[in-house]
Amino acid sequence: MLDLTYEAPKAKVIAGAKHDWELVIGMEIHAQVSSNAKLFSGASTAVGAEPNSNVSFVDAAMPGMLPVINEFCVEQAVRTGIGLKARINLFSAFDRKNYFYPDLPQGYQISQLYHPIVGEGEVIVEMGPGVARRVRIERIHLEQDAGKSIHDMDPNNSFVDFNRTGVALMEIVSRPDIRGPEEAAAYVAKLRQILRYLGTCDGDMQHGNLRADVNVSVCRPGDYERYQATQDFGHLGTRCEIKNMNSMRFIQAAIDYEARRQIAILEDGGTVVQETRLYDPDKGETRSMRSKEEAHDYRYFPCPDLLPLEIEQAWVDDIAARMPELPDAKKARFMADYGLTDYDANVLTAELDAAHFFDEVAKGRDGKIAANWVINELFGRLNKEGHSIAESPVSAAQLGGLLDLLGDGTISGKIAKDLFEILYTEGGDPREIVEARGMKQVTDTGAIEAAVDQIIADNPAQVEKAKQNPKLAGWFVGQVMKATGGKANPAAVNDLVTRKLGL
Amino acid sequence: MSIDVETARRVAKLARIQVDESDLAALAGELSGILTFMEQLNEVDVTGVEPMTSVTPMRLKRRADVVTDGNIQEAVLKNAPESREGFFVVPKVVE
Repeated sequence: MLDLTYEAPKAKVIAGAKHDWELVIGMEIHAQVSSNAKLFSGASTAVGAEPNSNVSFVDAAMPGMLPVINEFCVEQAVRTGIGLKARINLFSAFDRKNYFYPDLPQGYQISQLYHPIVGEGEVIVEMGPGVARRVRIERIHLEQDAGKSIHDMDPNNSFVDFNRTGVALMEIVSRPDIRGPEEAAAYVAKLRQILRYLGTCDGDMQHGNLRADVNVSVCRPGDYERYQATQDFGHLGTRCEIKNMNSMRFIQAAIDYEARRQIAILEDGGTVVQETRLYDPDKGETRSMRSKEEAHDYRYFPCPDLLPLEIEQAWVDDIAARMPELPDAKKARFMADYGLTDYDANVLTAELDAAHFFDEVAKGRDGKIAANWVINELFGRLNKEGHSIAESPVSAAQLGGLLDLLGDGTISGKIAKDLFEILYTEGGDPREIVEARGMKQVTDTGAIEAAVDQIIADNPAQVEKAKQNPKLAGWFVGQVMKATGGKANPAAVNDLVTRKLGL
Repeated sequence: MSIDVETARRVAKLARIQVDESDLAALAGELSGILTFMEQLNEVDVTGVEPMTSVTPMRLKRRADVVTDGNIQEAVLKNAPESREGFFVVPKVVE
């Protein structure tokens, strides 16, 4: 298992007009559960369908319709909880969160306020080699997503589509353990990576399948340590919640703006009002969502349509036994088994597809050389052309074959790059290509010797010069390589040239 | 617990129920009466009694993750006061 010990990063300090301030950030991440059907109905979760076509009478909240829970969505939440080293609650229950909005036909969201399915866990957020923030997870609960309103199709009306209504969401709530905008973005990135490894959420932020509410407050240096020692929120400042952000860049910009806004108020002798705010990326500022304030009386009560959700420990154990290898463990294994650097291990474990690809290339081969080829040659080329690893024209088996030829001296490093180019553009079996196109490295010293003798015999003037200035031996090496089409073993050529010139 | 006129007005607004100003006082009185009646339950000592969630011992029914419903756009929209191009049409709501 992972035995890396991390040092905590320093909290971000913002210098105010009067003195220094620190940030305290907690996040609520809404992650759409990957499933075929919705949380409480048999309608599809697929995107891109005709409006209101993936809607059942349950989702449309027709009178008399009753919710029936999708067991797989429960399993996904449990799997996520295990992945975040969290306590799984065998007893959980659903509550109604009441509010009126056109995209919520029930007039309430079925959620889990009092008894969430997952309790306390943690996420290790790396901020550099050996430096990481441990962000505590307070809880994860299951709830229904809302529909979508479209405001730009008509000047006087909004259009509403319930296709997303009732799709399962996991709300992942952190403790206020995040201490700066960069940490906040890194936390979202790490959580996204874990969810994608687990297969419980696709992490597509652009389509809102992963979105964040960010709670920001500011305090004086030392206050946060007092909070951590006592867990008494009284040591922290009043927080504002910035709703619904789905870009790492905006999350950082919004936190930075919001912190400076609060600092300006406090230094001016004012008080921060606890409220919900919205980030406007065009203006680069947050503004109050005053309309939300009164609606914030949700009048939660236990949902009378649903019995408590009781799950069995044996089922949880079975899910735990089928857990995939997670990012931290995979990174540690890549470093320990393949001797990768921290940086290379991070690059290769960022996405699961890339990690699988590398694993296959590196298995039974030199890990460092494999990492070098996968990162520099393959990723470099794919990035340049805007392709993902899944679209790679070179398979792991082909790249592995190339590394075998390079490793056993059949081809030189230079020829290997030519071979990679052929594999990338034309495809084929590496060994067959090398055979068919005569790309084998010439290690037969007799053949190389003949070439060296020929070059020396043809260039007596150069030979004289080289005897005066041994650095010119490089010219002979170059000529021999040229004469052999780059296939001569460079080390052997070097040796022979030096010896024959008597240097 | 007693409900004053202001609370009655707020509850009505949250529930989107239109109540005439002149009816609020009477409503507040009725709501207070209901709550006072319910409060009699507080006299029972329930220390150590687990909350009852069902009268019969039942397990929450579950469904497999299979698409079995949907594709009834026309039926879903049938009761809507206004619909266009497959969407529900509502008065403009912009945050």
